[in-house]
Amino acid sequence: MKVHVVSFIAGLIFSIGLVISGMTNPDVVIGFLDITGEWNYSLAFVMAGAVTLNFFSFKYILKRKPILSPEHLLPTKKDLDVRLILGATLFGIGWGLLGICPGPGIVNLSLGTQEILLFMLALIFGLFIHDFLLRKRDD
Amino acid sequence: MEKVLLPLLGGILIGTSSSIILYTLGRITGISGILSVVFNPKIQSNHWKISFFMGLIGGGFLLRVVSPDLFDYSIGKSESLITILSAGFLVGLGTRLGNGCTSGHGVCGLPRLSPRSIIATLTFMAVAILTVIAKKMVVAL
Repeated sequence: MKVHVVSFIAGLIFSIGLVISGMTNPDVVIGFLDITGEWNYSLAFVMAGAVTLNFFSFKYILKRKPILSPEHLLPTKKDLDVRLILGATLFGIGWGLLGICPGPGIVNLSLGTQEILLFMLALIFGLFIHDFLLRKRDD
Repeated sequence: MEKVLLPLLGGILIGTSSSIILYTLGRITGISGILSVVFNPKIQSNHWKISFFMGLIGGGFLLRVVSPDLFDYSIGKSESLITILSAGFLVGLGTRLGNGCTSGHGVCGLPRLSPRSIIATLTFMAVAILTVIAKKMVVAL
């Protein structure tokens, strides 16, 4: 139960962070990515804030056991493979096309417009296609 | 204020949220991974992701009621259906294939100095920048 309360609250905080930082607004995101136009540098401060805080807090946190779990479960993959580069490339194209990445996509569901619903349905379809193809290959 | 302080505060909240998850559950906060579990919740130890997802959604609706001005924008209004669907599909497929998005690789991977996350973040940033520029040129034609 504690796990779910903590996760829900963390989700709320994440959501509020995304909205007030401008990450959920595609005009701000495209303005940041479009370095040839009138560059909107504001999102650099979002990354700087989040990454700097985590740089110090993660160091501290990783020295002790998590309080609601027996151990830390961090990604163990080390190899810089084709999948990583291809995945990041496809994600970059999708992100650049509309200016919405997964977190802001979820938060923007509250807009309730046809466009955001279609975008999220296509996103979930993309997740499934991946899992489906990979399972096929593993068989 | 709007271009520096609010983004910085937002970034700190995002960092705080992912630090809470690492401190309590020992996990990385990756939204694309969270989303894939919500629609395919097979493993019990992943169920915290459903609660996090509810928090994300709840935050969106809460803020819309409390401060509707924050949502003074539209998404894909002037875009074709094919652009909206391709964008969603590529974000879904790409983040699964590359094991992460802006949150998992960017917000959580960069502070850990993970080589995979550094490469992934540089790649999707560069490709997104090129995509925006290319799209602008196509529209201008």
